[in-house]
Amino acid sequence: MNIVIIQYNAGNIQSVLYALERLGVTATVTDNVETIQAADKVIFPGVGEASTAMAYLQERGLDKVIKHLKQPVLGICLGMQLMCAYSEENDTTCLGIFEEQVKIFKPNEANIKVPQIGWNTITHLKTDLFKGVAEQSFTYFVHGYYAALGEHTIATTNYVQPYSSALHKDNFYGVQFHPEKSAKVGEQIIQNFINL
Amino acid sequence: MLTKRIIPCLDIKDGRTVKGINFEQIRDAGDPIELGAFYAAQGADELVFLDITATIEKRKTLSELVNKIAHRINIPFTVGGGIKTEEDVSVLLQNGADKISVNTAAFNDSSIIKRFAKNFGSQCVVLAIDAKCEEDNNWYVYLNGGRTKTNKLVMEWAKEAVDLGVGEILLTSMNHDGTKQGFALDITAQLAESLPVPIIASGGGGNEQHFFDVFTKGKADAALAASIFHYKEVAIPELKQYLSKQGIAIRL
Repeated sequence: MNIVIIQYNAGNIQSVLYALERLGVTATVTDNVETIQAADKVIFPGVGEASTAMAYLQERGLDKVIKHLKQPVLGICLGMQLMCAYSEENDTTCLGIFEEQVKIFKPNEANIKVPQIGWNTITHLKTDLFKGVAEQSFTYFVHGYYAALGEHTIATTNYVQPYSSALHKDNFYGVQFHPEKSAKVGEQIIQNFINL
Repeated sequence: MLTKRIIPCLDIKDGRTVKGINFEQIRDAGDPIELGAFYAAQGADELVFLDITATIEKRKTLSELVNKIAHRINIPFTVGGGIKTEEDVSVLLQNGADKISVNTAAFNDSSIIKRFAKNFGSQCVVLAIDAKCEEDNNWYVYLNGGRTKTNKLVMEWAKEAVDLGVGEILLTSMNHDGTKQGFALDITAQLAESLPVPIIASGGGGNEQHFFDVFTKGKADAALAASIFHYKEVAIPELKQYLSKQGIAIRL
């Protein structure tokens, strides 16, 4: 199994690599186009800001490469948001794999903090990415923007309002939470992605 | 529903945990990696590693330790102690830390908060405040591990720091720390209700009821404790069961 983690100017890449190692899987961290295209599975991680990350990907032609990948691809956090059509974070046009829009959390009551930091439940789970994962399982989130609900939603989380905590279309999967930091549940989801 | 977080804190000196003793389940409770993994398995929501040596010559040791922790632990963790420069932060994040915490250095030069937030994102910048309630009934900021008093009010400093970009505040009450008589509910609630970032309450947690109080009356988003977990006076699984039964949103 040849797994590639796309290297770009966004954090948490090491954490994803170590999470795979804990599952006994070695992965390559690279921004080399040929290596990415030749992989069996591609992970597109990310913690950071949307417009800076998109600009970086565009400069290196990685935006088109990611969009046309045929093998299973898993976007994590900012990675997932960049796979959507558009992000309100600095008015950024994203990759457009998922038609869903990324919006800023607007707290509707006092004592709701933005960004959301911590453990929240995932529900309405669909696809084999969540095989063996119970409804209402807890995963770890850190984000100030969210993908709206849409036809590609395969997991729903409620913070301010219900939103897409995971998306799926064809070979592309995205999760808003950090499976690499979500204890056993996260490990199961990463294992499921490897097994796809 | 977003849950309240339970966070054990591990003090590290020369690569070893300072208070971690007497755990039958693990081979070496002085080993921060073993102890951290134990807490993660017990259901801790996050971990904080505070390096209390943090001298320049030890910094390499810390980054190596952080790297080992990141390999082993499958929940988020924060590293603090002596962080002053972008280079310090970058090394820790590259080695797998999820967040860093700053205290004295940020107070002495608040521009580092802005720079850290810009370069690494607010989500990974935690401001630790050591707070003490004086005779005038005001809460003041203390520095250098509580040894140096300032004339700055805690609320004032917290607001400034949030404006500069900190993503979370770890508030330790020096009046309550070590007493096991409960958290500082008033100042915690004041910060939690007036600031848009999560507040981690620290200092004084001695039993399950204290955690319930800090999440309800204290409005805290997370609660941190050290010795009561290390000395097994409060066990994390039982604490979380208790809080859940009391109607607190908790990850079980």
